[in-house]
Amino acid sequence: MEALFFILFGAIAVGGAVMVVTRRHPMVSALYLILTLFAVAALFVLRHAHFLAAIQVIIYAGAVVVLFIFVIMLINVPESRLPVERATIVRVAGVIAAGLLILESAVLARRFAMPKAPVSGVGTVEAVGRALFTDYLLAFEVTSVLLLAAVIGAIALSNKKL
Amino acid sequence: MIEPPAYLLLSAILFGIGVVGVVARRNILIILMSVEVMLNGVNVAFVAVGSYLGDATGGIFAFMVMTVAAAEAAVGLALLIALYRIRETIDITELKVLKW
Repeated sequence: MEALFFILFGAIAVGGAVMVVTRRHPMVSALYLILTLFAVAALFVLRHAHFLAAIQVIIYAGAVVVLFIFVIMLINVPESRLPVERATIVRVAGVIAAGLLILESAVLARRFAMPKAPVSGVGTVEAVGRALFTDYLLAFEVTSVLLLAAVIGAIALSNKKL
Repeated sequence: MIEPPAYLLLSAILFGIGVVGVVARRNILIILMSVEVMLNGVNVAFVAVGSYLGDATGGIFAFMVMTVAAAEAAVGLALLIALYRIRETIDITELKVLKW
């Protein structure tokens, strides 16, 4: 059953990602990005990472992609002024380079042996929260500084008198 | 049951698609979205390995990656808006004042 869902949601995620990088208009890409993010959230559920699946939907699909869509609508580049894409030879070279990267990762992943004991309960809200507020408390606190810096940076950059 | 290499392969495929988006497109918005696809591919690997090893660390790392991705999107899009206000373009090949 897990195999069936893995193939289904994996195919949706990969298909959505391909559409994200190939569509001409950014708005279409943003909508396919939401599809990919939901499929990845489903894969998280398959690995019993329920907390991360919820965060993925709320933060990524709910906040990050909405931010993208806001910006796309705000600057509203007309269809005729979208950038002319790179030459076909450059795109083919990019696909070949990425294909080699994937091939190399696949060869490495095949040699990756792991205990196959089905482990559950490490992705629940309780388990993640316990790890986050004990072993990784410092990292969690530093995250707040990072977000504060991002907020100040974004406000400073959107200043009219730049 | 799905073997761990299947998740790692899927992770590599998502990352590779993101790489194609970054190197082969000229629209800054799509490049930023491709970066999000790459970060998601990495998250798949973190979560899968973490759950197979029975360690919550994988999930914590994925959580940190999401935080960084949100910050990156906010700052990147603010830069994009500031840039569009000045240069009226979202084509990266037109931005070459720093090119030697």
